[in-house]
Amino acid sequence: MAAPAQPDRFFQDRYGVSPTALESTLGSALSRRADYGDLYFEYRTTAAVSLEDGLVKKASKDVSQGVGVRILSGDKTGYAYSDDVTLATIEQAARTAGHIAGDAGGSQAVALRGTRPPRDLYALPGSPAETPLPQSIALLEAIDRAARQHDPRVKNVMASLVFEHKLVMIVTSDGTMVGDTQPLVRLSITCIAEDASGRQQGTYGGGGRQPFAFLLEGDRHLRFAREAARQALLNLDAVEAPAGEMTVVLGSGWPGILLHEAIGHGLEGDFNRKGTSAFSKLLGTKVASELCTVVDDGTIANRRGSLNVDDEGTPTSRTVLIEKGILRGYMQDRLNARLSGMAPTGNGRRESYAHSPMPRMTNTFMLAGESTPEEIIRSVDRGLYAVSFGGGQVDITSGKFVFSASEAYLVEHGAVTRPVKGATLIGNGPDALTRVSMVGNDLALDEGIGTCGKDGQSVPVGVGLPTIRIDGLTVGGTQA
Amino acid sequence: MSRAAGALRPEELRAALQTVLDFATRAGATAADAVLVQQASFSAGVRLGEVEKLTDAREKRLGLRVFIGERSALAATADLTRGGLARCADDTVALARVTQPDPAHGLPERAALATEAPDLELYDDAAAAPSPETALARARAAEGAALAVDPRLSNSEGAEFSQSGATVAYASTLGFDGGYRSSAFDLSVQPVAVTDGHMQRDYWYARSRHLARLDDAAEVGRRAAARTVRRLGARRVPTQEAPIVFESEVAASLLRHLAGAVVGQSLYRGTSFLLGRLGDVIASPLVTVVDDGRMPSGFGSRPFDAEGLATRRTVVLQDGTLASYLFDTYSARRMKAASTGNAARAVGDAPSAAPTNFYLAAGTSSPEEIIASVDRGLLVTELIGFGVNPVTGDYSRGAAGLWIEHGEVTHPVEEITIAGNLLEMFRDIEMVGNDLVFRGSVAAPTLKIRRMTIAGS
Repeated sequence: MAAPAQPDRFFQDRYGVSPTALESTLGSALSRRADYGDLYFEYRTTAAVSLEDGLVKKASKDVSQGVGVRILSGDKTGYAYSDDVTLATIEQAARTAGHIAGDAGGSQAVALRGTRPPRDLYALPGSPAETPLPQSIALLEAIDRAARQHDPRVKNVMASLVFEHKLVMIVTSDGTMVGDTQPLVRLSITCIAEDASGRQQGTYGGGGRQPFAFLLEGDRHLRFAREAARQALLNLDAVEAPAGEMTVVLGSGWPGILLHEAIGHGLEGDFNRKGTSAFSKLLGTKVASELCTVVDDGTIANRRGSLNVDDEGTPTSRTVLIEKGILRGYMQDRLNARLSGMAPTGNGRRESYAHSPMPRMTNTFMLAGESTPEEIIRSVDRGLYAVSFGGGQVDITSGKFVFSASEAYLVEHGAVTRPVKGATLIGNGPDALTRVSMVGNDLALDEGIGTCGKDGQSVPVGVGLPTIRIDGLTVGGTQA
Repeated sequence: MSRAAGALRPEELRAALQTVLDFATRAGATAADAVLVQQASFSAGVRLGEVEKLTDAREKRLGLRVFIGERSALAATADLTRGGLARCADDTVALARVTQPDPAHGLPERAALATEAPDLELYDDAAAAPSPETALARARAAEGAALAVDPRLSNSEGAEFSQSGATVAYASTLGFDGGYRSSAFDLSVQPVAVTDGHMQRDYWYARSRHLARLDDAAEVGRRAAARTVRRLGARRVPTQEAPIVFESEVAASLLRHLAGAVVGQSLYRGTSFLLGRLGDVIASPLVTVVDDGRMPSGFGSRPFDAEGLATRRTVVLQDGTLASYLFDTYSARRMKAASTGNAARAVGDAPSAAPTNFYLAAGTSSPEEIIASVDRGLLVTELIGFGVNPVTGDYSRGAAGLWIEHGEVTHPVEEITIAGNLLEMFRDIEMVGNDLVFRGSVAAPTLKIRRMTIAGS
């Protein structure tokens, strides 16, 4: 099936849910005490192909559909969802969700006006999920060859391609009816390398709201393959990582996960409204060195974390979180914006129709500074230079965050020396960025691999960072 | 209307499976299997005594796996109409034609299929009849009891009670046709303690397959409160090597790492630090680890696995010796072994090996005795981050806990990491607690590890 031009028409035609019927269903679920209600329709096709042992022997296609109904009353949320998309089930779900507002009776009038997203950040000629399987197989086989040719110590290559084509329609009680078509492509590669010293793995990948051809541009897929192989080989030679507090230099790009964990989650509107974030009540105060300006921007074309409208129908935006060290803003969804007396920022996101929205990040990054990366390395007498990371996590309330380096080196007397084994870095969100003493001129966004988990919901996100120097972060190696 | 709109009866679920298998066969599949999961759940959340969120959910999804000789493909769909199932079968068979053959692909041997499905007490009828009032009362009772413990517990991330009931049906072209129901009841609370501008949160929870066996709500709340208050005033400790005691909740995370290293797919992919170690002593003689798919009311229990094989009890580590890996049919063929009945599958994915109820058998020491044995060391109560390398076993995670001096807890600790290697950590287990309790499918008692590196100030 070709991608329909207008997702809102797709839902109306496929499920027979006319605007008039939706006005009536939503209106009757809104009792006198309800403040707001919305419907989120989703139809998602996921195609996945994977290679291991040099063969593409696994392919799958997953079609999911459903509708989520939400009713808000004060700070209360009623949410019901079903994968059976009919007017009858929507009405039943709306009644269930409407119980949150108590049995106050009554109904409210809803007048829908169809709107279009203000921009199209990812207009593609067709659905990447319709990529013919032979094309995907050829790409994965080329990756396998490139990784193995990179070095004979590469013993196994696992690569997977996931294409997602998601149609959504959001209908709100304040009259918005907006649809969006959201493509997503992700390529992931893991190489296992082995020599007399042992076995190691390296992983790399990327993608975005991009067509299949993006992966082939400039042989991007082969570069990813060689990068995964290089990381696995590097780790074969790595020595034990140091333990203790030291100067840390983070490379550009994906190490921006620091921002995501150290400050990003702590600046989400829900925790701040409830006063459970280590950043609560710190608006306008200094939380970073004046070299740091950090933004969350959901409007960058074709990025993995970008959206035309968020999952509540609000257009995404560029939100300045920290400006020259001063905390300027939080990321908001509708509920938390209203309760905090602030404006929604287009950060209301959800994993699927089976989840109610929450404030979430989109693409979070630090703006470039003045130093060259070479100057930053040269300035360090003894420390750690970390350029690639696995996952991270944060305790919002205490502010303590971790992120785990998967490629790191010792810096000795101003020069990068030996590779060290992976180690977790730990710090305290509200003061980690106050220790940033140099910011590079080499801002880069990540390749498009990030997935953020919060309260059991996963959403695609992006991060970015120039090379930065942090004077004092605890490195969790074994060499005390 | 008594039945929720859209819910299918057990015979309708089985009919859908047979229909999709028939369509797949007609389209050219030489073998196929299909799984259908239908689930309904309800949850009620309160915060600071007020209702915060009610959620009601209904879902059903069908997963199909087809084989054309040694080629295979997979699909999942929520569209269970005849037309939807026909399209799903046709698309999947078409996909299988273009994948590459693998001689290890295929359904299990017919002789290996389960012939009986014992009642493992996995289902409680209460799951079918949620009561918002009772659910809210339980959540309120838990949060209320927590916040009443100490005046510094002045904020909260709330408490939630949830329940779910699921029906799993599985059928294959080998003629297997089975199903079972399961339920789960969960209560959790997360208080926040505030003092001198510093905040700490912690949590506690209860889980059961049977509502009547769920821990008392007030007790859950009081335990969450105690865990939260004891974190106030936490500070770093200097970088050093020291003995580490893992509280049972965090000890279970070590078992999850172990489980990840003994499942078949980690072996044939070469991503396990336990590859090629069968029969070796890889842990302290105090360590016996068991996978038991038939524990009554267990969270990992099921009468048959995701390929229709009988579940069983497998000793994975016997007194420190690696006695068995865990396999599904595919990984077993790859490793020239036999399936251990550990196939699990997400609806749209291929089966892979997974633990069922996976635990480290209880020892003889009480948690108090274990703490008393430490002259200078750390009791770990929470771990964060993902710093575990499955290929090498290298381990480095963020930790919080309590410092121990001369056998007594002295002060809370945070913003540190603990690091080592899982093989060395399992070999260095010096004491095993007598406090094994299942709150999930993976469990361990309190464990004491002789020495790890703490990175701190």
